[in-house]
Amino acid sequence: MCTYALEVERVRKVFTRKERLPRPEGKRSIRIRTKKEEVVALKDIDLQIPKGEAFGVLGPNGSGKSTLIRLASTLLLPDSGTLRIFGHDVEHDTYAVKRLINRVSVDAAFFKKFSPIENLMYAARLYGMPPSEARPKMRAIMKRLGLKESTFRQPMEHMSRGMQQKVAVARGFLTSPILLLLDEPTTGLDPHSKRDVQAFVREIRETHDTTVLLTTHDMEEADRLCDRIAIIDDGKIVALNTPEGLKSLVPAVNGDTTTMEDVFIALTGHTFEDAEAEKEVGA
Amino acid sequence: MRSRAMVREMRGAYAFIERNINLIKRYWGWELVWLVYSLTNALAITYIGNGMSAITGQVIDTQAVVKYLLVGALIWQYLSVIFYAISEMIAWERWEGTIEYTFMAPVSRPTHLVGTTLFAIGYGVVRTLAILAIVTAFFRLDLSGANILGAVLMLLAGSVSFVGLGICAAVLPLLYPERGAQMTNAVAAILLLISGVYYPIETLPNWLHPIAKLSPATYVIQGMRSCLIDGQGTRTLLPTVGLLIATGLVVIAIGLVVFRYVETYAKRAGRLKRSG
Repeated sequence: MCTYALEVERVRKVFTRKERLPRPEGKRSIRIRTKKEEVVALKDIDLQIPKGEAFGVLGPNGSGKSTLIRLASTLLLPDSGTLRIFGHDVEHDTYAVKRLINRVSVDAAFFKKFSPIENLMYAARLYGMPPSEARPKMRAIMKRLGLKESTFRQPMEHMSRGMQQKVAVARGFLTSPILLLLDEPTTGLDPHSKRDVQAFVREIRETHDTTVLLTTHDMEEADRLCDRIAIIDDGKIVALNTPEGLKSLVPAVNGDTTTMEDVFIALTGHTFEDAEAEKEVGA
Repeated sequence: MRSRAMVREMRGAYAFIERNINLIKRYWGWELVWLVYSLTNALAITYIGNGMSAITGQVIDTQAVVKYLLVGALIWQYLSVIFYAISEMIAWERWEGTIEYTFMAPVSRPTHLVGTTLFAIGYGVVRTLAILAIVTAFFRLDLSGANILGAVLMLLAGSVSFVGLGICAAVLPLLYPERGAQMTNAVAAILLLISGVYYPIETLPNWLHPIAKLSPATYVIQGMRSCLIDGQGTRTLLPTVGLLIATGLVVIAIGLVVFRYVETYAKRAGRLKRSG
């Protein structure tokens, strides 16, 4: 049995986008002129996540976190390099990989007019779960996440963002994945909902043999939930260590304890907000 | 081991059937609007037959024209429902934003298509029968001399081809997130134009004849008219039925290959993420 849940070797991912060029002055052409622009999302990344670990990827928006999760989810293919999940190549052994993983993303994507039960039953059938097993399990997970029984059969579109995200978390855990990919699962949640989801992730790790890959730009969340953290900036891993190991890289200032934010600024030379603003200007 | 995998795939296929039934239940208002639209469309076209004598000022066998148009309208209803149900399987996922979850699930694409196809055929039959039941209240449709068995056979054979065409068209929303769904409408409209749904293909310009002969709908509609209007025997239909099934299987195989290629391209280019 492979000792690594996820192995990433020199993975590079480039996206191409077309940009419309302004019409040259004085010309009356109706031709729309475009130019292709390349955006390098991941720059030859190397990573190994041992089985059973909670691994965090911390970085601002546009740093390549979601691209990494999408590659591991079989939703993107790398331009070069390889990704293996429990020894299965993501590109060539896709079906085996899909059976081992599930993903919770920041956008709680559901059939909005369906109820949580209908959405989760659809997911259960897709993963080959019999309804007799799926029904009690989905109810138990949703109750554990603090959802009221009365909401189980109401359309998702009538639920708050926090409640929808809890159903998304329930969908991720329903199929008992051995590698759980959490792509900013608590972004936009109120503090109470955030705590519920984080407590559930911790509980699952204690009771199941689940490896967790968590991307977030919430530094406290990464600190609290992860055994190791990689700081990613502009498609490159700039540091990788335990939370304490990362903090020890940066000396405390004025007697204060070092935070993950201090670590990020020290290693990248800019704040999270600056990095995100740069991406937006460049977008 | 193999039987467990089979059961898993069957559950996967049923997921799409159940999901589509739930979508119909939740969007029942849309369904009602589309049913009324399809029904009035079929009635409007068929009334052209009723008015032929008045339009031309000549004595015309209007019953024959009505039958001709009505069979065309009903069969096109059925075939287009199959085409759209399959070609829109990606478009629906884009509208709802669930495409990544469906493509991430451990379900093979053929299983995905089997589930969608079984739903499409069942839905097409129910919808067409509902329209037929209402239309018969407006027009006297004498099917006493019709070869019903032959018609059913012809319709099933034609369904195979339309499943294949639907799979081929389903790649458009995968390739073009914003305008792919509209492109499938254009494909359906071209099939309607060239397949002799409301007129013999001989009335088309000469240069369109070879293209009309490539459309499976041309043979399905001709065959259905032969069965329902002329009462042609089943045995004489068998070569056409065989040809339609063979063509359909080839088109499905091509569709699956094209779909697989385009899915790989979409994953490489990052086109699964964007919603239309």
